[in-house]
Amino acid sequence: MIPEDLDILTLLIAIVTASACALPGVFLVLRRMTLMSDAISHAILPGIVLAFFLTHSVSSPLLILAATATGVLTVIFVELLQKTKLVKEDAAIGLTFPALFSIGVILISQYTSNIHLDMDAVLLGKLEFASFNILKIFGYDLGPVSLYVMGGMLVLNIAFILLFYKELKLVTFDASLAATLGFTPVLIHYGLMTLVSMTTVGAFDAVGSILVVALIAGPAATAYLMTDSLTRMLILSVVIGCVNAVVGYLLAVPLDVPIAGTIATVTFLVFGLVFMIVPNRGLIAIARRHIRQKWEFAQTMLIIHLLNHEGLPEAQAESEIAHLYEHLQWEPTFATRVVKHALNNRYVSQQATQLMLTERGRTIARQTLVQ
Amino acid sequence: MEHFYFLTRFDYTLMIVTSGAALLGTVSGALGTYAVLRRQSLLGDVISHAALPGIAIAFLLTGSKTPLLLVLGAAIAGWLGALIILSIVRLTRIKYDSAFGLVLSTFFGFGMVLLSLIQRSGNANQAGLDDFIFGQAATILKRDVLTIGILGGIALIIMLIFWKELKLLIFDEGFAASIGLPIRALDILLTSLLVIAIVIGLQAVGAVLMSAMLVAPAVAARQWTDRLNLMVILAACFGAFAGVSGTIISSPIRIPTGPTIILCATVMVGISIAFAPNRGLLWNSIKQRRNRRSLKIATGSLIGATAAKNRMKENDTRRS
Repeated sequence: MIPEDLDILTLLIAIVTASACALPGVFLVLRRMTLMSDAISHAILPGIVLAFFLTHSVSSPLLILAATATGVLTVIFVELLQKTKLVKEDAAIGLTFPALFSIGVILISQYTSNIHLDMDAVLLGKLEFASFNILKIFGYDLGPVSLYVMGGMLVLNIAFILLFYKELKLVTFDASLAATLGFTPVLIHYGLMTLVSMTTVGAFDAVGSILVVALIAGPAATAYLMTDSLTRMLILSVVIGCVNAVVGYLLAVPLDVPIAGTIATVTFLVFGLVFMIVPNRGLIAIARRHIRQKWEFAQTMLIIHLLNHEGLPEAQAESEIAHLYEHLQWEPTFATRVVKHALNNRYVSQQATQLMLTERGRTIARQTLVQ
Repeated sequence: MEHFYFLTRFDYTLMIVTSGAALLGTVSGALGTYAVLRRQSLLGDVISHAALPGIAIAFLLTGSKTPLLLVLGAAIAGWLGALIILSIVRLTRIKYDSAFGLVLSTFFGFGMVLLSLIQRSGNANQAGLDDFIFGQAATILKRDVLTIGILGGIALIIMLIFWKELKLLIFDEGFAASIGLPIRALDILLTSLLVIAIVIGLQAVGAVLMSAMLVAPAVAARQWTDRLNLMVILAACFGAFAGVSGTIISSPIRIPTGPTIILCATVMVGISIAFAPNRGLLWNSIKQRRNRRSLKIATGSLIGATAAKNRMKENDTRRS
C-alpha cells in the first residue's frame, strides 16, 4: 500500500498540474485553438522518443526541451500548411499530428525491447507513480521530480500571463487592433504556443497525452460559461481545475482506477453541472426564460386584443373569455391559464365572464403597440 | 530475391489485412470528404476517442468481444459524444474547438477508468480491448473484414441515397433550410455516417490514427478537383491505396501497420499539395511567375506607349 505522506504528494502533483494547465487553457479556449493542445500533445511523441534515445532517461531536461521543440514545430507546420491556402486550419491540424504521432509509434516499436517507454504510459500517464520518481541532489531527498517540473511550469505560466497580460488580452480579443498598435501578435502567439507545448510536455509524464487536453480545455470551458471577465475567468479556471483534481483523486483511490481518468471524468461532470445551473446562460435558466417569455407573450396578445376592441360596439362580444378560444386560436386550458396570469398581474379585471382592461394593462398594451 | 518471394507468395493473412485496410480506406476516404468540406476534420479524432467508454460498457454488459457488439457500443458512445458537442455549440458561446477538446478527452478518460476496472475484474477474455486505442491492423481477421465491408457498404449506400441533400447541406446550409430540408436531421445523419466510418476502423488503425484516415485522403483529393462527385471517388481511391500500400510496406520490414498507412496517406497529401494541377504549389508558382512576366510586358508596353504619346504631344506643342 502507498504510505500516507506519498498520497498527499500525489494529490499535490495533481493540483499543481491542473493549475498549470488551466491557465494557458483560458487563452486557447478564447482564441478557438483548443485543439492545438490536442495536436501538440500527440505530436511531441517523436521528440520524446528521439530525446530518449540520446539521453536514455525519461526525466532529463533535454527530453523536455526536445519535446517542447517538437510541439512548437507542430504549430509551425500547421500554420505553414494553412498558409498554402490549400488546406483549412482544422484539416491542417488533422493531418499534422497523426503523421508525427505515427512516426513516434514506429520509432517506439523499433526499439521497444530495450527501453521502458511503453505506449500505455504515453497515452495515459502514470500519476500514481509520479511521486516515486524522487529528485536527489547529493544524496538528499528533495521530493518528486514531477512536482518541481509542474511547479516550475505553473510559476512560468503565471509570470508570462502577469507580464504580458495587456498584450495577451488585446491579441486574444482583437488581433488586428493589436497589430496596428504595434504589439506583434505573432510574437505573443508563439510565446503562448511555447508555453502550451512546455506545459503539455511537463504534464505528459503525469497524465498522458490525451487527458492533458481535459486539464487544458475543461476548466477554461467551464469558466467561460460563468463569467465575462478575463481576470475572473483565469482565477475561476484554476479553482475549477483544482476542484476537478481533488475530487478525481478522492474518487480514484477507493476505486483503484487511474487518477488521470477520474479527473477527466469529473471534469466533464463539473462542466455538465455548470452548464445546467449557471445563472443566465445555463440550460435551466434558458428553459425558464423560454417558459416565462411564452406566458408574457400570450398575456400581451390578450391585452392588445382587448385594447383593440375597447369602447367599440363589438367590445362586449370580444371580451368574453369563451371568445378567446376562437379569436386567438387558443386551447381552452391555455386560455384559462393566460387569463389567470393576466389577472394576477392586474393587467385585466374580470366581471362575470367579461374581461376588462385595467389602467395598468391599458398602458402596457399601448406601450407595446407603439414599440 | 526475398522481395520477389514476398510478392509472388501473397500469403493469406496479408491478403485479409490488405483487403480490410483497402475497404477501410475506401469508406473513410469517401465519407471523410464531407467532414473536411464542412471544416469538421477533427470530428473523426473526437468520435474515435469518445467511442472508448462505449466499447468498455459493451464488453462489461455482454462479456463478449464479438466485433459487431463492440462496434455497436463504440458507435453509440461516439454518436453521443458528437451529439453533446452539437448541443454545447448550439446552446452556449463555446465554440467547436473547445467542445471537441472537452468531449474527446473526458470521454476517453472515462473509458480508461472502465477499462482498468475490466482489467482488474480478471476476465481472461478482455485481452485485445486495448487494440481499440492503438490499433492492431496485423490482427484483422476475416470476420473483421466482413464487418468493415458490410457496415461500410451500408454507410456508402446511405450516402448515395442522400447525395443531393448532403451536398446541399455542406455547401449551402442556409439555402437547404430555405427550401425546407430538415437541416438538423441531415446533420445528425451525416454525423452518424461518420461515426460508422470511424468505429469500423478503430480496431485496425486505433483511435489516434483513425482521424487521419478520415482527413488525409479527402485533403489529397481536394487538390485535384473542384467537383464533389470526383472528390468522393478520388478520396475513396486514395484511402484504399494508402491502406494497401501501408500494409504491403509495413509487413516485410515489421513496423506497425496503422502508422505506416497514415504515413502513406500523408505522403499522398504532400504530393497532391505540391504537384496537383491548378491548385498545387508548383503550379501556383509557375502561374505566378508567368503572371509577373506578362505584367512586366504589359507595364513595359504601357510605359512605352505613354512615352510615345508624350513625345507626340511634345512635337505637337513645338509645331504650334
